Amino acid sequence: MEFFLKLGQVGQHLPMLMRASVVNLELLGALLVIGFLIGTLVALLQVYGGRVLSTGASVYEWVFRSIPALVLLFLFYYGPSHFGLDIQSFLAASLALGFRSSAYQSQIFRGAIQAIPSGQMMAARALGMSKLSAIRHVILPQAFRLAIPGWSNEYSSVVKDTTLAYAVTLNEIMRYAKTIMDRQYDLAMATFIVVALVFLVFTYSGNALLGLVERRFRIPGLQMPGATGAVL
Amino acid sequence: MREGTMDALLLVEDIHKRYGKEEVLKGVSFQLQKGETKVIIGPSGTGKSTLLRCINRLTEPDRGRVWLEGVEVTSRKVDINRIRAQIGFVFQDFNLFTHLAALDNVRLGPMRVLGMRRDQATKLAREELARVGLAGKEDAFPAQLSGGQQQRVSIARALAMNPKLILFDEPTSALDPELIGEVLEVMIQLAKDGMTMIVVTHEMGFARSVADEIIFMEKGVIVEQGPPAQLFSAPRHPRTAEFLSKITELYGETEG
Repeated sequence: MEFFLKLGQVGQHLPMLMRASVVNLELLGALLVIGFLIGTLVALLQVYGGRVLSTGASVYEWVFRSIPALVLLFLFYYGPSHFGLDIQSFLAASLALGFRSSAYQSQIFRGAIQAIPSGQMMAARALGMSKLSAIRHVILPQAFRLAIPGWSNEYSSVVKDTTLAYAVTLNEIMRYAKTIMDRQYDLAMATFIVVALVFLVFTYSGNALLGLVERRFRIPGLQMPGATGAVL
Repeated sequence: MREGTMDALLLVEDIHKRYGKEEVLKGVSFQLQKGETKVIIGPSGTGKSTLLRCINRLTEPDRGRVWLEGVEVTSRKVDINRIRAQIGFVFQDFNLFTHLAALDNVRLGPMRVLGMRRDQATKLAREELARVGLAGKEDAFPAQLSGGQQQRVSIARALAMNPKLILFDEPTSALDPELIGEVLEVMIQLAKDGMTMIVVTHEMGFARSVADEIIFMEKGVIVEQGPPAQLFSAPRHPRTAEFLSKITELYGETEG
């Protein structure tokens, strides 16, 4: 009973918590876009880049997959000040988590690209398409479809990582929840339950959206994306 | 430009290709006239497919030269994409673009390589699909088509580029026997319409009825070449006779 009272008390903070959670969504959007663009590039370099470029891409991927997220956040936030640069916490967090996600996303895309039969590229080149044109019109449209299940896993993972940005003073939901707790310790439990619920909703709706995208772009006639074209 | 090659559409000269220790092609030369259909036959692993791929450099030959209407395809300076756009290629496994409907498979090349406008490319793609007997299948995806239909889409895809010649790499080998006929029919009609073609195949009936010349290859070299009547009735080389009798026994004579 007492607990529900506390939930009620948290209720008065709800508008601020929701507003703070929008920052998490903004950070999520920024890091996913950075991760998607760089991840795609890294995957393409690893598959088609030749020795030098693919090695470079692999080193990048190794670095950003190895360093803990918090360490990256601190490096990107506190690092630039050593060179007299002032970096905003949102930008630092977007870059740190975005680069990190790009390393993971690159492996999702690399797997998807390599799952496409080599004959597709050969047929495109035989038509006179350049490698880039073939990648754009033949390889990537198929690879992105194949990548959706793995990508929704990455989404579920990074949506939660956005709370780590509280460590670099970003005013997101976790930081706001912590201030509530610092002022009124007895509200801690109820506050973090609200935070947890917010992330349940974020994860659910994100995955539901990706499920819709997957169905929308499903290739007719294929049982599963990536299954070889069987005769019906 | 060499003597006696002015009239040849395609000139293949002394092609060599090695994979590791094994030399797959040991100096293959031949000519192809405009409107001619050449059929290449021979046992598996004798470099027939490699030879086709060396012509448009999907595989880089180690040595030798290829000329298309006087332009050296094998020159380092040539824009190979422009050459490939003029040479159709039909694969054993069709290699249709899985994510695209039949119509999009056929119009992708004209739009992205030839820079054709969308409405023009659409009209052309519809015509080419109708030409291979697939009117009404424009919106079907590869996975919704039978093997024979897929191969016909891939022929339409090659035709839509208005190629100077089409290379067929065992176009019926991946098909169920009852689907082979519909693909061969399309190819026979193409040959009759004057399309220049090189066909690697085991379909002796097709070779016999359509080929202007048959090339028998074995172990990376041309053993014998000549008009079908000569090869089938009076082969000069004992290996040719042996192969032909074996293959006819194995595959029979479809579409004869």
